[in-house]
Amino acid sequence: MIRIVLPPHLRTLARVDGEVELDVDASVTQRSILDELEARYPMLRGTMRDHVTHLRRPLVRFFVCGEDLSHESPDAPLPEAIAKGSEPFVIVGAIAGG
Amino acid sequence: MSKVRVLVGTRKGAFILTADGARKRWKVSGPHFAGWEIYHVKGSPVDPNRIYASQTSAWFGQVIQRSDDGGKTWHTPGSSPDELKSPDGMPKGESNKFVYDGIPGTHQWYDGTQHPWEFKRVWHLEPSLHDPEHVYAGVEDAALFQSKDGGKSWNELSGLRQHDTGPKWQPGAGGMCLHTILLDPQDQKRIFVAISAAGAFRTDDGGTTWKPINHGLHSEYIPDPAAEVGHCVHRIAMHSSRPNTLFMQKHWDVMRSDDSGNSWREVSGNLPSDFGFPIDVHAHEPETIYVVPIKSDSEHYPPNRRLRVYRSRTGGNEWEALTKGLPQRNCYVNVLRDAMSVDSLDPCGIYFGTTGGQVYTSPDAGDSWKPIVRDLPAVLSVEVQTLP
Repeated sequence: MIRIVLPPHLRTLARVDGEVELDVDASVTQRSILDELEARYPMLRGTMRDHVTHLRRPLVRFFVCGEDLSHESPDAPLPEAIAKGSEPFVIVGAIAGG
Repeated sequence: MSKVRVLVGTRKGAFILTADGARKRWKVSGPHFAGWEIYHVKGSPVDPNRIYASQTSAWFGQVIQRSDDGGKTWHTPGSSPDELKSPDGMPKGESNKFVYDGIPGTHQWYDGTQHPWEFKRVWHLEPSLHDPEHVYAGVEDAALFQSKDGGKSWNELSGLRQHDTGPKWQPGAGGMCLHTILLDPQDQKRIFVAISAAGAFRTDDGGTTWKPINHGLHSEYIPDPAAEVGHCVHRIAMHSSRPNTLFMQKHWDVMRSDDSGNSWREVSGNLPSDFGFPIDVHAHEPETIYVVPIKSDSEHYPPNRRLRVYRSRTGGNEWEALTKGLPQRNCYVNVLRDAMSVDSLDPCGIYFGTTGGQVYTSPDAGDSWKPIVRDLPAVLSVEVQTLP
């Protein structure tokens, strides 16, 4: 079970409270997690990564086990703690005021 | 008894203000989509309970919201369980997918260099006059999109952006936005749009081909003040009974055209400043128009710190200040281009919202004003629905 922490605006948009939990059949990567998240919550498509290029939106960051992995390959395997659900995959809106 | 429903977009959510036809006692609901910028909210003239909203964020991009019950509940179009699966089994979730046709190309940047077209947000949603499922979207970077399935999917009317003059269009201070869409009630094929800073354009074939309609505009801030494009048009307005007459609030200058935009003449007359953003027309008097003068392009607050709506009953040139009920000292708010609207009751009600969070109403065509609410987030847009 993968645990995902959404930023407040996306929790509101997806109408979820607290963490999202989902299973990923494929290798656990940024891409496979986001694919599954968007499949479950289609209203989130386009809000974290571009519809066409699938590139991360500039002001969205991905934190894992206390590290910022936003600039890692979306296909790089994530730590086992994410795959096991002992640590959440955290999606963050970059600090930019507002 | 008739009712009015005022749809307010703000920097931090949408609000819906309702009253009966007397327009004295108001109910306020919201914020809807709290924390998001709501650039525009507008209802279908065919089905007033069908309302579209542009929800946007620099972080998370564009979202389109739709209500089918007059704003009580909202959803992203195409997200019901039956609609979630496309033929290949993947979810659609394309109500916020705005993709330019072909290779987007470039436009002029602030420094005069060429810059790629990049979608940023929807500024304005204009529901069709004939079909609640059909809605137009004016976007930044400037282009016109339409949806014919209630906002589930969008396609670009790319003849506009691909006009020969496209590389000469440039962003204004707020970005390069298509902010105004006027649908001709007497000719379904005719649409007017306005872009900052390119100018006004018209199609006579339903959006396939477009022509700039800026003859007569004069803008000192571009190298050729009378150029075909490059003008910072802030807003255009028409009365539904006279679609060939257009009124324009330009960056500076209030303008008028009586030939569908083929030519314009200045009607600023005795205004204390002819800089401003909104312009609108009385619901029953096609020659009665309203503007809100702002001091200058760098000082976005009212002249002499007094918030005054100006009304002309002669289609321009002769203007009277409307001040009763509006702050007449120490006022430094602005009124943005999409933040004024009129109802169709008699007498006609006028509404506008400010960057200070007030939404004012005048149930007597501008003679007197009262705030419906005083302390909303900065108001981006105001639309009014007159309901039976």
